[in-house]
Amino acid sequence: MERHVDQELKGLKDDILKMGALAEEAIYRSVEALKSRDKELAQGVIDDDSNIDKLELAVDEKCIDLIARYQPMAGDLRFITTGMKINGELERIADIAVDIAQRTLELVDKPLLKPLVDIPRLTAVAQSMVKMAIDSFVNGDIELAKKVLMSDPQANQLRDLIHKELVEDYMLKDSSTAPRAVQLILIARFLERICDHTTNIAEDVIYMVQAEVVKHHPEKLK
Amino acid sequence: MEKIITKNLNLFYGGFHALKGINCHVKAGRITAIIGPSGCGKSTLLRVFNRMNDLIEGVRTEGEVLIDGENILNGKADLVVLRKKVGMVFQRPNPFPLSIYENIIFGEKIHGEKIKRDKLNDIVETSLKSVLLWDELKDRLNIPALRLSLEQRQRLCIARLIAIKPEVLLMDEPCSALDPQATQRIEELMRELKHNYTIIIVTHNMQQAARVSDDTGFMLLGELIEFGRTEEMFTAPHDLRTEDYITGRYG
Repeated sequence: MERHVDQELKGLKDDILKMGALAEEAIYRSVEALKSRDKELAQGVIDDDSNIDKLELAVDEKCIDLIARYQPMAGDLRFITTGMKINGELERIADIAVDIAQRTLELVDKPLLKPLVDIPRLTAVAQSMVKMAIDSFVNGDIELAKKVLMSDPQANQLRDLIHKELVEDYMLKDSSTAPRAVQLILIARFLERICDHTTNIAEDVIYMVQAEVVKHHPEKLK
Repeated sequence: MEKIITKNLNLFYGGFHALKGINCHVKAGRITAIIGPSGCGKSTLLRVFNRMNDLIEGVRTEGEVLIDGENILNGKADLVVLRKKVGMVFQRPNPFPLSIYENIIFGEKIHGEKIKRDKLNDIVETSLKSVLLWDELKDRLNIPALRLSLEQRQRLCIARLIAIKPEVLLMDEPCSALDPQATQRIEELMRELKHNYTIIIVTHNMQQAARVSDDTGFMLLGELIEFGRTEEMFTAPHDLRTEDYITGRYG
């Protein structure tokens, strides 16, 4: 039996999917701007962030409205509350893309420190985790959510690798590289933070689907 | 501590199998809600606990219902003692067409021996205080109970039960005739009363069950599908049929 609330929940899911698409696009554009040293593209990411902020507020409002009007329970309640949390995570991811764009603007007028190798690799990991996290929410796919959680160590390793290389091979050998190296270290840190947000989404999805809290309980995933 | 335990309880209205193998543990000092669609057997189950179903012709029960360890379904159970211990509040408040005072002491008069006026006055005061009616009614104890508002009448009915010192309060849709404010106040009263009584409430109002109860049982077609802590039942039920019912997919 189709309930009236089902249409509303579908609308909410579509909006969160849209948030995900906008966050994914912001990451892609911010890293493209870094790779192609494109000031205009970086500025575009910063300028467009207000659209994501507006959508975040609209999604939150819709969730509160649904709770007030329908007093949802069980699976509906978990879907709406999880949707609200994921909405916040996606907005934070988009904010981090803005951080990357701002670091990029600092770098584009300076000579290239080194060819970017590991940052694009970390970006690929982050983009893949964002996509998997959103898909796991949309399809209620626990296995995919677990795959997100399992990908996080790889992101941490890449961040550490980038950090080590920039400190040991550049900053310690030639202190004049420090301003540019620090920007790249920050970007690596930002990309890794994006991955952390996707693991939050994945944990929320597992709660949404099977009502089990795995956050802060890694043993439950084994 | 468990106040009521049912063991493989079956009830038949003639050939109709109304309760099917009910096993549940109702804990003392808590509010237990029983929810389910119309005709699922929830009121029938409630009425088993003080054997109100005995009044219906052709009723047959099997299994055990233990209250404080004693099976109330066997022939030795004293129904007068049982109904004093396990009182019932109904959907529509049903005070007797007597004064407020007479309503409260009615049970004492029926159950007890001759009691002195002072003692009766104490019972009236204590009972009305426990349902938070004393302050508003203490100067009008001789007016007919039927002049009270619906909420006051329902409180009076609860006070009338409390006067005979029951241990279990059965409530069958106690707020369905009340407006939202009166409902809220009765729910607050239930929360107060649960410290001294074991309360079982049957309700169609799932939000009410979620708000007021500590444990919830979901019934469907005479079966107890799921029984557990209310917070879990309404956020993460184990059975798909419970999920469908509480999210409005049932039917």
